[in-house]
Amino acid sequence: MYKSNIIVRNLHRISNNTSIKHNLSRSLATIPSTIPSTNTNSSTSSSTSSSTSTKDKISQKDSTSSGNINVVVPPSGASITLKSATRDASKFGTRPIYLDVQATTPVDPRVLDKMLQFYTGLYGNPHSSTHAYGWETDKEVEIAREYVSKVINADPKEIIFTSGATESNNMIIKGIPRFYKKTKKHIITTQTEHKCVLDSARHMQDEGFEVTYLPVNEEGLINLQDLKNSIRKDTILVSIMAVNNEIGVIQPLKEIGKICRENKVFFHTDAAQAYGKIPIDVNEMNIDALSISSHKIYGPKGLGACYIRRRPRVRLDPIITGGGQERGLRSGTLAAPLIAGFGEAARLMMLESNYDKNYIEKLSNKLKNGLLSIPSTQFNGSKNPNYQYPGCVNISFAYIEGESLLMALKDIALSSGSACTSASLEPSYVLHALGADDALAHSSIRFGIGRFTTEEEVDYVIAAINERVEFLRKMSPLWEMVQEGIDLNSIEWSGH
Amino acid sequence: MVQQKQVLKLYKNLLEKAYKFDNYNFREYAKRRIHDSFKEHKSLTKPEEIAQFYNNGINNLALLTRQSTISQMYTFDKLVVEPLKQHK
Repeated sequence: MYKSNIIVRNLHRISNNTSIKHNLSRSLATIPSTIPSTNTNSSTSSSTSSSTSTKDKISQKDSTSSGNINVVVPPSGASITLKSATRDASKFGTRPIYLDVQATTPVDPRVLDKMLQFYTGLYGNPHSSTHAYGWETDKEVEIAREYVSKVINADPKEIIFTSGATESNNMIIKGIPRFYKKTKKHIITTQTEHKCVLDSARHMQDEGFEVTYLPVNEEGLINLQDLKNSIRKDTILVSIMAVNNEIGVIQPLKEIGKICRENKVFFHTDAAQAYGKIPIDVNEMNIDALSISSHKIYGPKGLGACYIRRRPRVRLDPIITGGGQERGLRSGTLAAPLIAGFGEAARLMMLESNYDKNYIEKLSNKLKNGLLSIPSTQFNGSKNPNYQYPGCVNISFAYIEGESLLMALKDIALSSGSACTSASLEPSYVLHALGADDALAHSSIRFGIGRFTTEEEVDYVIAAINERVEFLRKMSPLWEMVQEGIDLNSIEWSGH
Repeated sequence: MVQQKQVLKLYKNLLEKAYKFDNYNFREYAKRRIHDSFKEHKSLTKPEEIAQFYNNGINNLALLTRQSTISQMYTFDKLVVEPLKQHK
């Protein structure tokens, strides 16, 4: 009920602030004449109770036809309501379906099983070299390091454990240029990077470095010629993410690596979303530094790693100094339980890679086909499957605001973009970089499919989105005008 | 030498434990993974390979026993796709 309140209010706002030459009054006639006061009891997550109360109130209204101000009725002509039209909600659970695996993934039970040993018996400090408690955890940490390195075909000695991909990105983007600052002053990155890369780069600008932000094409891919042209004599680092967190495009890592190696520039890639999900070989792709996150691969939260090449050696100024652990690049006691879990998660990513890939691809195609069959929808990302990670499906639903669709989809855990930016109502800068206009960027939703997503959930999501997009569009005067064949761009909107 | 009967018993025991997961996603994954894994290794003929697969399964059975128990200890609301059990 709360959801529809907002929409109704928004519509009133539109009608107050705009004078449209077109006969808008007819469109607005579909809005209930009363603006309901905010109903507090429906703000709880229990959809079962609120759905029944909604139904009761609607039927009440029907029988009495009174102007009760707490009643919200669907717009006339709508055959459906926001609450489950096709089934009895009281016979099902209330917890939303999780479809946001780009934000974080559930911990695999096999990973938890590995970690529990460390919280029950193996509690030694892996750096204590004088006793058996230290030796046994140290052994496990080194086994984990090997699993982590194997996924990207690196040497275990080249893996440095950090607190997460954000720390890894900070460490590399600040550390490498700082070490070489006497001769090199230029960094290259792209406009669609994760916030932590962009912010680190901005920080380096304050320290006197110059940063080039490469544009991307409408599919989200960079132009290799642009990259070649922007490399200068004093360029030290190129940082380009492997898989984009919002739209899932895969950058041509091998070609970028080749260009960087030819020009003797270090190549860093943020592989938080890519690690274990697409094949990465640091030697074949000439990657010099790479950031990894544990909680994106069904591992524990609070841990990440970075790969730093040893031959040819990449040197950097550490951010955290102290006891000299991790080759002096990242001091601090290693979190053995998390590292063991991360190692197990990496091992499973390798073991299950084909199985997961086929499964995710199958569900992704199903979801894409189901959603793109809705009129006026657009897939954001690359059409070429070689440049698109199937587990990330970003779709724009025209004439609907993404946030209102998310509000209408309380039973599905989704995001309209990256988790760090979804708190603000600003449209995604990634979609802006692709050339999408404000309206399209506002109306996009990201669907994440992972190892634990089931086919049943995907079916539910397709049905729910179809239902609610239709509902929201029936309330939208814009959609009605489009249906009547009016070009929205030709309307002169006048604001007050 | 692993007997066919033992393999079938392992399959049955694994699935039994998989069904005990309280978490919907883990339960469905375990069921699917066990089923597909046995199907994939259906054509194994060499006794060593069968023994290796079987031993791996025994280890996984122990893991499933532990983890399904933990899943039952910490339970959450059912998902919107899960039918609630009706007691009549």
